[in-house]
Amino acid sequence: MLNRVPLFLLYVNVLVIAVCGLIYELLAGTLASYMLGDSVTQFSLVIGTYLSAMGVGAWLSRYIQQQLAQAFVEIELALAFLGGFSAPLLFMAFPFVEWFRPLLLGLVFAVGVFVGLELPLLMRILKEHLDFSDLVSKVLAFDYVGALIASILFPLVFVPYLGLVRTSLVFGILNACVGLWSTFLLRPLLRPHHVLSLRIRAAIVLALLAAGFFQAAQMTRFGEESSLGGKIIHTVASPYQRIAVTSKRGGFQLYLNGHLQFNSTDEYRYHEALVHPALLGIDQPKRILVLGGGDGLAVREILRYPSIQRVVLVDLDPAMTDLSKSFPPLVALNGASLQDPRVEVINQDAFLWVNQSSELFDAVIIDFPDPGSFSIGKLYTTHFFRKLKDRISANTLVSIQCTSPLVAPQSYWCIVRTLEAAGFVVKPFHASVPSFGVWGYALASLSDIQIDANRLPPDGQLRFLNSKNLADLFTLPQDIRPQTPQINRLDNQSLVRYYDEEWHGID
Amino acid sequence: MGSISRRDLIATLLGASTATLSGCSKPQGHDFQGELLGQDSHHGHRLRESNFRPDSIHDWQDVPVVIVGGGIAGLSAAWRLKRRGFEDFVLLELESKLGGTSRSSNTGSFHYPWGAHYITTPLPSNTDLIELLMEMGVVDEIAPDGTPIVGEEYLCREPEERVFAGGKWHEGLFPESIASPDDIDQYAAFNQQIKYWSDAHDAQGKRFFDLPIANCSDDPQAQELDKISMSDWLGQQGWDSPVLKWFVDYACRDDYGLSIDRTSAWAGILYFAARLKNKDHMMQDVITWPSGNGHIVDYLSQQFESHIRTRFMVAKIRPSDLLGRDANCETVGLDLETQKWGGYRAKRVIWAGPQFVASRVIDGFRNGNPISSTPFRYGWWLVANVHLRDRPVELGESLCWDNVLYDSQSLGYVVSTHQSGIDHGPCVWTWYYPFADQQTKYSREQLLLVPWSDWAELVLTDLQRAHPKIRDLVTRIDVFRWGHAMVQPYPGFVWSQTRRDSVLPDRNVHFANTDLSGLALMEEAFYHGVRAADEILSVLS
Repeated sequence: MLNRVPLFLLYVNVLVIAVCGLIYELLAGTLASYMLGDSVTQFSLVIGTYLSAMGVGAWLSRYIQQQLAQAFVEIELALAFLGGFSAPLLFMAFPFVEWFRPLLLGLVFAVGVFVGLELPLLMRILKEHLDFSDLVSKVLAFDYVGALIASILFPLVFVPYLGLVRTSLVFGILNACVGLWSTFLLRPLLRPHHVLSLRIRAAIVLALLAAGFFQAAQMTRFGEESSLGGKIIHTVASPYQRIAVTSKRGGFQLYLNGHLQFNSTDEYRYHEALVHPALLGIDQPKRILVLGGGDGLAVREILRYPSIQRVVLVDLDPAMTDLSKSFPPLVALNGASLQDPRVEVINQDAFLWVNQSSELFDAVIIDFPDPGSFSIGKLYTTHFFRKLKDRISANTLVSIQCTSPLVAPQSYWCIVRTLEAAGFVVKPFHASVPSFGVWGYALASLSDIQIDANRLPPDGQLRFLNSKNLADLFTLPQDIRPQTPQINRLDNQSLVRYYDEEWHGID
Repeated sequence: MGSISRRDLIATLLGASTATLSGCSKPQGHDFQGELLGQDSHHGHRLRESNFRPDSIHDWQDVPVVIVGGGIAGLSAAWRLKRRGFEDFVLLELESKLGGTSRSSNTGSFHYPWGAHYITTPLPSNTDLIELLMEMGVVDEIAPDGTPIVGEEYLCREPEERVFAGGKWHEGLFPESIASPDDIDQYAAFNQQIKYWSDAHDAQGKRFFDLPIANCSDDPQAQELDKISMSDWLGQQGWDSPVLKWFVDYACRDDYGLSIDRTSAWAGILYFAARLKNKDHMMQDVITWPSGNGHIVDYLSQQFESHIRTRFMVAKIRPSDLLGRDANCETVGLDLETQKWGGYRAKRVIWAGPQFVASRVIDGFRNGNPISSTPFRYGWWLVANVHLRDRPVELGESLCWDNVLYDSQSLGYVVSTHQSGIDHGPCVWTWYYPFADQQTKYSREQLLLVPWSDWAELVLTDLQRAHPKIRDLVTRIDVFRWGHAMVQPYPGFVWSQTRRDSVLPDRNVHFANTDLSGLALMEEAFYHGVRAADEILSVLS
């Protein structure tokens, strides 16, 4: 009865389901590595679970004795639904469930069982109609070829261009198409009154997956992939944060917990503005303290001054500073600044370090992440700034990044006013960084601040600042008007609340 | 009267529903350690034995003032004497560690309390306490209106408190998200009443609710409140909201170790009303340290270390009827180190221990009137310090200083490392459990037999409500069992004549302890210590 069907179409069918199956497995492994870190463990667990589940599926196939064709179509549809929604479901569930790993492995197991059922059923369906030895050799050959295609295209095409969520949905759709198509291919083996019901179900699954595809941006809003935007080229999950490096439009981007830290195409603007005004206010800067800034990019700017003798960089996360020392694109970008013999890296919470050090510094560059949590907000308090005064002399200049004065004016001015309340003379300034928009900074000192543009590193070293535009940084436009929000203290953490209100829904 | 099974203990103390949470059905292995700590009950109970008497004492010392008890009250008395230039005193303490219920410990750089762990910023009227806090460097300066300006690092760091209710953490202590509109209305009405009582003054201008309570008005209207329970008072106001009841019950258990229906309404209202700032009716800011009030203990004891003798158990105090400067009072005790008896002859003694011991130790206490000490009742407490190798992964409200469990009879836990600014990695949680009602089911002897492992299991079972995987993170659980931890302000006690008379000297013995106030608060212990010192200074100088 199947003789009328061109045989290669059946093998295309096998090829497609093989690709789909492997894609689901790769998606789960990638997601697990990205979310939970330790990719060796995650991939081992996912592959092991998947293969053993396939075994379970193959073994279970013996219990399906009747209506093989219908069972096959139903399995395709179930697989399309489960596999297709696996990545969006896991992305969305991650922030909300404590049992993420069981959920992930459970999904992998279920998908594996269905994939394991597929081929035995298909082979039993076809064995009545084809020479068995020919069937086995071709089905298995196409299956393995499909696996090869999937494993090559996944990292090179699907993840970079579609992202994990859309890849997942696309292969769900493809899988559902196989199901729908099989109702035509295997039509002679299906009971007539079942055909329509199967096609309706296939249409529903397809519609859901397609809707998911077009809503992918919406669905991953809770997750991180949409905010990361580009192709993920490196991830680390440390005890403190999730670090992701993505690549798009000729540059690469670093994200901490889904928040962009820099884009390699325009970070020079951010870091030149952060570092140079402070160093230009000091004659022969020698000892520099960097708080945060584990990417090594601020240190790169600092090392442009020949007078520098020592740089101490205090960054909480060793995973971040290790990445800056070992991840080739980042090492190239920061000029191996953290490997410079003058630089000491200390991995500690700056809040605790500031009490333990007894060194004095000529300049302090503060490059903490934005105050999106209490554990970071404490680093912008009067208490912390007062403690910092013990690490500086009367002429020391402090430069600090203070989030966007346009998007978050209360947050920006809260940092400025808090520095003033801690006894600093403060000069607010700003710079334009395409990836961030207009960005806010402040210079702070215990005495008057004088900047000498003549001290700028020689021509050709800087790409953004020159002796003419330096003064422009300190000219605030009309839309960055001074405000007087509540001072940020340890016992009110007003900054975290301002920041949360102002960035909510924007970031 | 047999020993208590683990299952029964957990079901009784945490509620039957928790039995499923714990590993009751099978003995659970654990890869953490810990120990069971407690007051020196062995020696304490020897005082009751009639044959516990000194042999002939060869070692007599003459010292003008003897202070018995090294808790906040005794230490405050010593501080006051020294601060007023009087240094001829000795302070005797039974335990090896000072502080009483304000004691603390440390492991490496982690400090944590074993009992009282915060005070509220004193109102301008509490000048003595402000003086101490200024000396400690906790108060930086005093504003023109008398308000003390507390150093930022001593004010409780945000985020301050959260409550776990309905499967989620909520900011603050009142779980608004599980409250109905009616609950919220009643909560608002309750706060309105508290503001009223906070502002209420009598004809002489004395506040109805103030700390120390010696400053409170004894207006009959206030005394009426003391005669009923806090739950009766809520009922009289027409408030039946379960969420409001929980909130007030939590407050009573937190401050007094008593449930809402066993706490005097006056004391219940005091918890809230005495702590509102006069100006804006906001709660006074909380002052805390990683080691809790152990920080105050450490500071005070450093001021007169050479005057302190620990591990000395006072067995007998023989006051003389002779008063004035020539009075002579004998204090006899056993040095637990050398097992040798010794004695002090003093002009004045400050008894800074609890009243229930005073009646056994002081000869002819209050003319042998049993009424004078029996009304003092004390509650059991359990405090555990749980050491974690890391923090649980959580969503929503981040880990706070104070973390309260809505459904639990425990008070939840305080993150002792929070105030140090340690936000990552290992930390210590201090978990509190007052025996608010549960004391009735088990006898003291039964509770003394419960082993460390069962107490540790109780702590874990409770924490698992909010942190299902906490067990994997625990490296150590130490449990402190407090026998007579806190005096209880049950209805009618605080304003009883017995309680009010208990502050008066008995011959040449003066009294200083928080139980003289009928409630256990650092502010009260400090007040009585300073007051007793002043009484002595006025006689001796």
